[in-house]
Amino acid sequence: MNQPAAARLSDDLLRPMLRTSWRFFALVAFLAAIVLAGVGTWMYQLFMGFGVTGINMPIYWAFYITNFVFWIGISHAGTLISAILRLVNAGWRRPVTRCAEVITVFALMIGAMFPIVHLGRPWLFFWLIPYPSNRQIWPNFRSPLVWDFFAISTYLTGSVLFLLLPMIPDFALVRDRTTGWRRRVYGAAALGWQGTTKQWHRLEVAMQIMAIAIIPVAVSVHTIVSFDFSMAPVPMWHSTMFGPYFVAGAIFSGIAALIVAMAALRKFLHMEEYLHPIHFQNLGKLLLMMCLLWTYFVFAERLTTWFGNEQGEMEVFWVTQRGAFAPLYWTMVVCNFVIPFTILSLKKLRTIAGCVVASFSVLIGMWLERFLIVVPSLGHKYLPYSWGHYRPRPVEIIITIATFAAMTLLYTLFSKLVPIISIWELKAGVHSLHAVAPKEAAERPLGQAHP
Amino acid sequence: MTAVYALYPDADSAQHAVDRLRAAGIDEGRITVISGEPYEEYAFAQGDRATWMFRIAAIGGVVGLGVATWLTTMTERAWPLKTGNMPIVAWWPNLIVMFELTMLFAIVSTVATLLVTARLPARGPRLYDPAVTAGRVLVGVENPAAGSTDAVERALLAAGVSEVRRV
Repeated sequence: MNQPAAARLSDDLLRPMLRTSWRFFALVAFLAAIVLAGVGTWMYQLFMGFGVTGINMPIYWAFYITNFVFWIGISHAGTLISAILRLVNAGWRRPVTRCAEVITVFALMIGAMFPIVHLGRPWLFFWLIPYPSNRQIWPNFRSPLVWDFFAISTYLTGSVLFLLLPMIPDFALVRDRTTGWRRRVYGAAALGWQGTTKQWHRLEVAMQIMAIAIIPVAVSVHTIVSFDFSMAPVPMWHSTMFGPYFVAGAIFSGIAALIVAMAALRKFLHMEEYLHPIHFQNLGKLLLMMCLLWTYFVFAERLTTWFGNEQGEMEVFWVTQRGAFAPLYWTMVVCNFVIPFTILSLKKLRTIAGCVVASFSVLIGMWLERFLIVVPSLGHKYLPYSWGHYRPRPVEIIITIATFAAMTLLYTLFSKLVPIISIWELKAGVHSLHAVAPKEAAERPLGQAHP
Repeated sequence: MTAVYALYPDADSAQHAVDRLRAAGIDEGRITVISGEPYEEYAFAQGDRATWMFRIAAIGGVVGLGVATWLTTMTERAWPLKTGNMPIVAWWPNLIVMFELTMLFAIVSTVATLLVTARLPARGPRLYDPAVTAGRVLVGVENPAAGSTDAVERALLAAGVSEVRRV
């Protein structure tokens, strides 16, 4: 890449980091206030006990576990998509990867927090960590909750490293273009990166290996989250298809979150030159594909249950189809299928605005889907004497809203501290287009990504 | 560390400079190319490509598998709880933990290999110029052999720059 172009690209992408308007502080203050309200509410719950929530026998898992599954699902946006696009050498991935990988890390952190919020005595959360305790009770590796610990820890560690490694050359860039405290901080973060041919090659190889390793880990994480449900003999949970069904739903909601995040970055950080309509169209096509896959899984699950006509399962089936949960169920169907399918299957509507509308719809629909998996089944377990109802209380609603604010806050702060688009990868993409490379190995240019 | 280097406006002229240095008989191992972006398609980037990273990652994975197998079976035998009519050493659930630790060890060993082979974090003085991140490509010779400095300078200048720097 020639010098003026490289300098302009760096200037554009570093601008959000080096210049701060009052709007940024206003947004951070607003989001921080909501997060603080959430923390305060959680403290209130700790002080008063779980009686202030709507959680009660037999529905012990409700909003918090819904949020846990939802956020772990959202985390599939980043590392998985980024790893797949990296392995298939899709040229259009370059401006997208970091935006996506950040979502993974923050969504995983928020998701992993919910089992702790869900604890009556969260100061004993370390009991979740499988280690031999002083009571000589050893970890029970046959418990799906222990599998969760291993899966989420592995995915979080891998995702953090997958995010951090390609940030090192960009830290070096910031180090060289700043002064004062920034130079010192980014200099330390750059680890003395020079940019020798050996360093570049090792970084590329490491990213390739990690991409290969992280894809099965990502798939395993949501499969294992699904095992939290499917290992239990609860109506409409005990299903062999829950693993792939959860993974498909996770990727579905993850792509939707990525589209929303990219649209926000494009608008508020003025990234129009780097996040093109083609990126949204390509991700929109992926979203459409996942929409169809999700619908297929829902149909297969519903048909099998209905055809089997087993009494316990049918109670849950009907309560969601035409009972108390029917309004939520059909809203979910509209949000996850009708709206995104209509918008994304028509080329004329597959614009940036169209993709964002479809994505918001999917996010709402997928949250409802998680809720409808958790609550109706627990409320209708086999014998009617054990049935129960659930209504969320303000405590749960505030904490849920606060986590969405926390995600936005973390994302906003990250985009202030780190180039949200990988600068060196973007530069490499420009010159690799002109490189002499075998046709089958060459990256497809942006405009020709999917003819 | 001593070095002689020049900054080139693009990778083509950097390649030209490397060719000149080679033609001048400079030891390949002493030639350093530093850039703000990877130029994998150029000949100057082909020298350091041999790596054991894939094998080390695989070895890391095997170690992780071994550790997980030991951890699960040892703990199950040390506290033999009968759960859900499963055997004490229950391989189906253990496979999940074994898979996760295999991948975790593979990932961590990859990162460790990267840090070691790329010599990160850096210690001591190294050849570098901040102009690199502004788009220039640095071509230099580290610790040039006694008496070869002039030849290095001539080769770098012949590749189309007006200034050669010494550190």
